[in-house]
Amino acid sequence: MADHSVGAVRTQSFTFAHPPHPMVLDSGVGLGPVSLAYETYGALNADKSNAVLICHALTGDAHVAGYHDGDDKPGWWEHYVGPGKPIDTDRYFVICSNVIGSCMGSCGPSSINPATGRYWGLDFPLVTIPDMVRAQRELVRYLGVEHLLAVTGGSLGGMQTLQWVAAYPEMMDGVLALATTSRHSPQAIAFNEVARQSIMSDPNWKNGDYYDGLRPDLGLAVARMIGHITYLSDESMHVKFGRELRGSSFAFNFEGDFQVESYLHHQGKKFVERFDANAFLYVTKAGDYFDLDLGNPDSPARRALAGTGARFQLVSFTSDWLYPTYQSRQIVDVLKTLGRDVSFCEITAPWGHDAFLLPDERLEVVIRGFLGGLHGC
Amino acid sequence: MAAEHCDGDGHELRFDLRVVASWIDPGSRVLDLGCADGKLLRFLRDTKEVKGLGIEHDEDEVVSCISQGLSVIHGDINKELPGFPDNAFDYVVVSQTLQQAYEPTALLQQMLRVGRRGIVSFPNFCCLPIRLQMAFSGHVPVTPELPYQWYNTPNIRVLSLEDFRAYSRAVPFSIIRSLAVNPSGDGSMREVRFWPNLLASYGIFMIRDR
Repeated sequence: MADHSVGAVRTQSFTFAHPPHPMVLDSGVGLGPVSLAYETYGALNADKSNAVLICHALTGDAHVAGYHDGDDKPGWWEHYVGPGKPIDTDRYFVICSNVIGSCMGSCGPSSINPATGRYWGLDFPLVTIPDMVRAQRELVRYLGVEHLLAVTGGSLGGMQTLQWVAAYPEMMDGVLALATTSRHSPQAIAFNEVARQSIMSDPNWKNGDYYDGLRPDLGLAVARMIGHITYLSDESMHVKFGRELRGSSFAFNFEGDFQVESYLHHQGKKFVERFDANAFLYVTKAGDYFDLDLGNPDSPARRALAGTGARFQLVSFTSDWLYPTYQSRQIVDVLKTLGRDVSFCEITAPWGHDAFLLPDERLEVVIRGFLGGLHGC
Repeated sequence: MAAEHCDGDGHELRFDLRVVASWIDPGSRVLDLGCADGKLLRFLRDTKEVKGLGIEHDEDEVVSCISQGLSVIHGDINKELPGFPDNAFDYVVVSQTLQQAYEPTALLQQMLRVGRRGIVSFPNFCCLPIRLQMAFSGHVPVTPELPYQWYNTPNIRVLSLEDFRAYSRAVPFSIIRSLAVNPSGDGSMREVRFWPNLLASYGIFMIRDR
């Protein structure tokens, strides 16, 4: 598929909410100016009806597909996005932006507070998933798009996708939410809290004010290791690592005999090179706060879903224990009750929550078919 | 996409589905229980602008439906119906699926709650070839309509056209339309008017709540 790539791309930036008109966040705090890093692929058609918005997961970024200058590694969803691919950039105008509160180009705790000229740190206000989506709404409008063919994303990106239709129920034809939930389970919150405590107990964290010195790399690496466990599955760990050792026998020390230990160390180490510890606190908290309250007949999200004409496609994966199938099914059941046009598939995959990011023939077919159905015959 | 989406004079449909399709009004809302690869729903969408939804338990079939832009819920027909509101559909179709239901009465009652009409089709277990096989071969019948052995059949229940009529009085529901047919090998079929319970291998019924 390498030849079916969008090729060379670059991340761009959009800034809005300039003083004195800040964006008012769910917390009540005003934030401005707000900057978003984003990428687009393909072209908006004449009647502006082919825009597909992709929302990234927890620590993702705007770089969905193609190659940055000098990089040999493509974007995070290269397998699914490109010319002739399920999200076909020959047919669709694809938009993705980095969420606010993150550190991959959009404003967050590791960016500079224009009021002080210093890093925001913990002075950056807490943001929610609805805040992230409101910011994306500004970007989409700036790009000249008033109506989206579809919004899609997996995991935290799936939550944004659901929040999109809850906030702007008339703005899209299709909602494609993968491996996600309408509210974080206590188990998901628990794992996030352990990860956050790992960061905050690193002596280098210093209440988030570490940008001028050593960073809390150890705490962040352990946080990432915890996350990775929740992204895999019992089965995938058996397949990937088993009880394989790095050496030929036990070393009788604590340096990590097992391949699975080595994998986690590697993931942790790789992660600190690209992600900011404070940003990790912010984005995990946003996930934990997320709750569309769909069980409540009077919740705003449920009322919005009742009024939308959008078609829904939900996908879960059999081995995903972070956002298990029953959580997608709860969303499906609400949409059934509301008489919405909803489609659902549980894909058999051994890879755990990570499955939505990995090449999967069925997922390819589902994404292509759903978008094709929206695009009309 | 247009070519692969918008086809159809119905020739690709199984004979019973052609009848079902001919009974469905354009523009209606249809729920297809056990929709398999979505042939009926696709035909109805492409020729009658029907707003369809399928329920299917087989993952490959579900993916096949979605690949055609159809809406389908990956689930168990015995469990999915209670989640829909009353009269959410104009028609609820169970074609060659009733004989696989664990609780057919509960299924039929739910069908007639969520749909204004039900359309049921099933093979007639008391047609002549089956009776002859039973009488003379000493084996449980295997026919083109019921091609399975006892150990691999998904059909946990077998019934005749008369059984279904008797059943309509027991549940109860009203039969408002019916057709008894014999399919032939080339995909066409012949209506059976005389002694259908003996001479037709297949029955298709439209029913509603009494």
